[in-house]
Amino acid sequence: MENVLLYLLVFTLKVAAIITLALGGTTFMIWVERKGAARIQNRSGPLYVGPWGLFQPIADGIKLFLKEDIFPTCADKVLFFIAPLICFAPSLMTFAVIPVGPHVQIADINIGIIYILAISSLGIFGIVMGGWSSNNKYSLLGGLRSAAQMISYEITLGLSVVGVVVFAGSLSLNDIVMAQAGSWFLGIPKWFVIPQILGFALFLVSMFAETNRLPFDLPEAEHELVGGYFTEYSSIQWGLFMMGEYVAMISISCVMVTLFLGGWLPLPWIGPLVEGLLPAGFVLYVMPVVWFLSKVAFFMFLFVWVRWTIPRLRYDQLMALGWKVLIPLALLNVIIAGVLKTFQIV
Amino acid sequence: MGLPEIFFYYFAIMAVVTAGFAVTRPNPVYSVLFLVACFFHVAGLFVLLGAEFLAALQILVQAGALMVLYLFVVFLFNLSEAKTARIVHRQAGFAGIVSLILVALMVIFSVQGVFRGPFRELVRPQTTDNVSYVAGALFTDFLLPFELASLVLLVVLFGAIVLGKREEGE
Repeated sequence: MENVLLYLLVFTLKVAAIITLALGGTTFMIWVERKGAARIQNRSGPLYVGPWGLFQPIADGIKLFLKEDIFPTCADKVLFFIAPLICFAPSLMTFAVIPVGPHVQIADINIGIIYILAISSLGIFGIVMGGWSSNNKYSLLGGLRSAAQMISYEITLGLSVVGVVVFAGSLSLNDIVMAQAGSWFLGIPKWFVIPQILGFALFLVSMFAETNRLPFDLPEAEHELVGGYFTEYSSIQWGLFMMGEYVAMISISCVMVTLFLGGWLPLPWIGPLVEGLLPAGFVLYVMPVVWFLSKVAFFMFLFVWVRWTIPRLRYDQLMALGWKVLIPLALLNVIIAGVLKTFQIV
Repeated sequence: MGLPEIFFYYFAIMAVVTAGFAVTRPNPVYSVLFLVACFFHVAGLFVLLGAEFLAALQILVQAGALMVLYLFVVFLFNLSEAKTARIVHRQAGFAGIVSLILVALMVIFSVQGVFRGPFRELVRPQTTDNVSYVAGALFTDFLLPFELASLVLLVVLFGAIVLGKREEGE
């Protein structure tokens, strides 16, 4: 009995830790985004709430909670209410299988990567339902665009993962990380980004499309669609849509790092150098998380960097890029991975 | 009754209930969403049987990809027309007979004890993992049906392109 209780306690703590990491990261990311935007576009950004405006996202959150929920008169009330929840929940659920460190993972299931693809394909329901239930033409157009866009880029995303699965020979995220241990020569790490550079590039592009971020934020293109699918939303329901986007960014960056950049493994030459100076327990339990988070932080910065420097694509350009360029390249990448693996070239 | 049985009854009953709602809702958007809920409960049944790969594919392909396409189509309907459409129409008689035959067959099989046995007996052999078992079955014993299915999908794809293609000057 005590064992069951202990197990439950450890499990709950793990879940709490990882959710805190995700939501805390979200709050921090909103600040980073606004500061980054300010720096890149020569503006001010948050300054007054807390040191360097650090508490601004918290103040915004409180404001959103206290505002009135407004339901449009002709909206479908039930769907309008649950749409933001459906949008938010799947992006949080992907964290369940991501190995943040060798001992920090909520569940190691043997089909981890398929679980992630399956769960992240559900967030789109929230967007589509929100767009339709608002009973507003701009919302509906935003919802339709997002449905078309996310289905198109999901294919590329799925196919670019195939290469990694071929190399690792497993669908479990833990096995994929462990398959990237070691180095080739000159201290170049055995990360899958090197044999799978094309897959990496494809994943990177479709990752922006899947999270509805610029240059692919057509579902919420404010010049054409007011606010897109969340035009009619206000207060914390709008907040859930926005937080869902940030949580999705963090989770897909974590997947990216796990698949292509060796997860929680350090660089082969920096790792021993730094870890030699630290106590053993620290190296075993804390350092992997530090390596993992620093790689994730790079991609989070990339999201901000790209958003404020690259303009939005036109809708037909987006579809042409997805179907005529990325999907053929993704198929080519599967063939490359197969050839490299079969003839043992790398 | 152990925990797996409780979950089994939950998933089974909810799958049937949501499927029922999916065919009886007048609003097609709700029909599609109830169908998604139904797929989820079926995926739950797959997990109970130890086929988590199938469960994930069920959600990825059926719920995640196909149903979004359905929603896409449903949105383009004229909903005010769809709401007043009759649920019972000409096909009802034929569909009723087919469903009755299916139910009768299931009752007969249940009485004969075809479905009887300990709860987790339908599972794959424990020696291989889920994915390699499915792959092995697909690429050896069921290679021909597998290839035929992909051919059928290809033909459908061509059909869609032909229908959607615009003639010169149109």
